[in-house]
Amino acid sequence: MATSWDAVIIGAGVNGCAIAYNLAKRGLRVVILDKTDVCAQASGQNGGGVRQSARDPRELPLAMLSVSLFSSLAEELDQDVEYVQAGNLRLCTTSEQETAMRAAVAQQRVDFGLDVRYVDRGELEALNQHLAEWVVGASYCPTDGHANPLLTTYAFARKACELGAELRTGETVTRIRLSRGTVRSVVTDREVYSTGLVINAAGIGGRAVANMVGLDFPMTPVFTEVLVTEAREPMFAQMIGTASSDFYGHQTTHGSFVWGGFVGYETFLHDGHHGGTQRPNYPEVASAICRTVLRYFPGLGELNVIRTWGGLIAQVADKVPVLGPVPEVPGYISATGFSGHGFGIAPAVGRVIGQAVLGETPDVDLSPFTADRFGPVH
Amino acid sequence: MSTTSCANVSRARSLADQESLDSLVICRCEEVSRGEILAALETGVSSVSGVKRVTRAGMGLCQGQTCGRLVTSLVAETTGQRADQVEPLTARPPVRPVPMAVLARDRDETAMDGK
Ligand SMILES: Cc1cc2nc3c(=O)[nH]c(=O)nc-3n(C[C@H](O)[C@H](O)[C@H](O)COP(=O)(O)OP(=O)(O)OC[C@H]3O[C@@H](n4cnc5c(N)ncnc54)[C@H](O)[C@@H]3O)c2cc1C
Repeated sequence: MATSWDAVIIGAGVNGCAIAYNLAKRGLRVVILDKTDVCAQASGQNGGGVRQSARDPRELPLAMLSVSLFSSLAEELDQDVEYVQAGNLRLCTTSEQETAMRAAVAQQRVDFGLDVRYVDRGELEALNQHLAEWVVGASYCPTDGHANPLLTTYAFARKACELGAELRTGETVTRIRLSRGTVRSVVTDREVYSTGLVINAAGIGGRAVANMVGLDFPMTPVFTEVLVTEAREPMFAQMIGTASSDFYGHQTTHGSFVWGGFVGYETFLHDGHHGGTQRPNYPEVASAICRTVLRYFPGLGELNVIRTWGGLIAQVADKVPVLGPVPEVPGYISATGFSGHGFGIAPAVGRVIGQAVLGETPDVDLSPFTADRFGPVH
Repeated sequence: MSTTSCANVSRARSLADQESLDSLVICRCEEVSRGEILAALETGVSSVSGVKRVTRAGMGLCQGQTCGRLVTSLVAETTGQRADQVEPLTARPPVRPVPMAVLARDRDETAMDGK
């Protein structure tokens, strides 16, 4: 006889765990299923950026909600998640970039009331003393920041469990059974979970999970690499990015620097020959990251790199997630396709998906994120 | 090998009652104590990688080359697995710490001159 659950959440990444927390808090009996472990995929590999500036306008309201939630997250989850709200700098090195950045910043201020502005070299130097000469200025959004994605994910998982959620790792969802088009149960390699609600928070596995209920959407894994250095005394607290998006990173609370960067052909690095989930290291990437970072922060050359790793971004064709209920399949809720920026918005995703599940009006309009925006869903 | 680890496990078990041992440093790079690791294992963590993500044990300069086996035996002990059944930490490059400036120079020096 199958056990009965109010909701089954597929994926113990930061989004699945944040959703579980929100549902458990509202008294729902939920189970989180993960084929590997908490943080086994993107949530355990990402750069920890919590950024609103330069977000896609469709996603910005979620990012802004998330920042407001991050402020009290540690208290709410009884766990320090190393959230540092010291701003985000997007560095410009040419006058063309400066012009474009000034315009982009003005737009975000006018359209969304986001506290973001352009700072010229003089003001920038007061914020960060370690930048190379050729950096002419930056966008500065003081409410942006970074947090520790590992601690954040585990904090959501732990709190969800304290509130009655169950976490089962090492269990793979293989099928979702429908009855007259409505979700009836979730089948794993071990058990059958009877439920009327299934939440797809499966990261890059999200497309295969959508396929289980007859849905599809254009999403593909994109390989990307990150490195971490030894610890240093605190040098600067901002999250760093660039106008040309060649690298990003920050110094963690622990003192180490986490840097991620791009060689330009990431889409083709990942050959998909290993079932699409392998994360090898490509020898040229870490070197490319170091070269780029040192061009902007020339003083960091002696810092030892102690680890490099790869991660997969769940990239949707239009680079925003597929979020919310799908009317064509009652009981199925999508929370996947975060396209490389699903950590910073996770607290908001947990909240709005929780609201949608409970039939309430979500704090943020989910209509830009529907599953059918690419065409008919079936 | 498996006899050794079994002996380790039972030894660890009998020592588990001695609270003073909780202050024992298991990960020297990140100064993580046995007590912190056991606390993580009591609250939802069930793997060596999980211990690392939550406590930082194995995240330091030596990347778990020193503490990896000790953490593995604590995970084995708590989850009721044999130590050789426990998934170890993933090894990732570089094998030894390498300065950013050195890693940056993987290409021909002359190619770097133009920046
Ligand atoms: C290198 C890198 C850097 C990044 N940097 C940032 C950043 O700075 N800021 C930011 O906001 N975002 C960043 N991101 C993106 C961010 O990491 C992800 O968007 C986010 O972690 C996604 O979380 P998730 O919970 O949706 O999915 P995941 O963390 O990928 O979790 C999905 C889980 O589902 C499980 N699963 C899949 N299929 C099944 C199945 N059939 N049955 C059971 N379980 C299943 C998997 O095992 C996995 O644990 C980065 C991503 C990468 C790769």
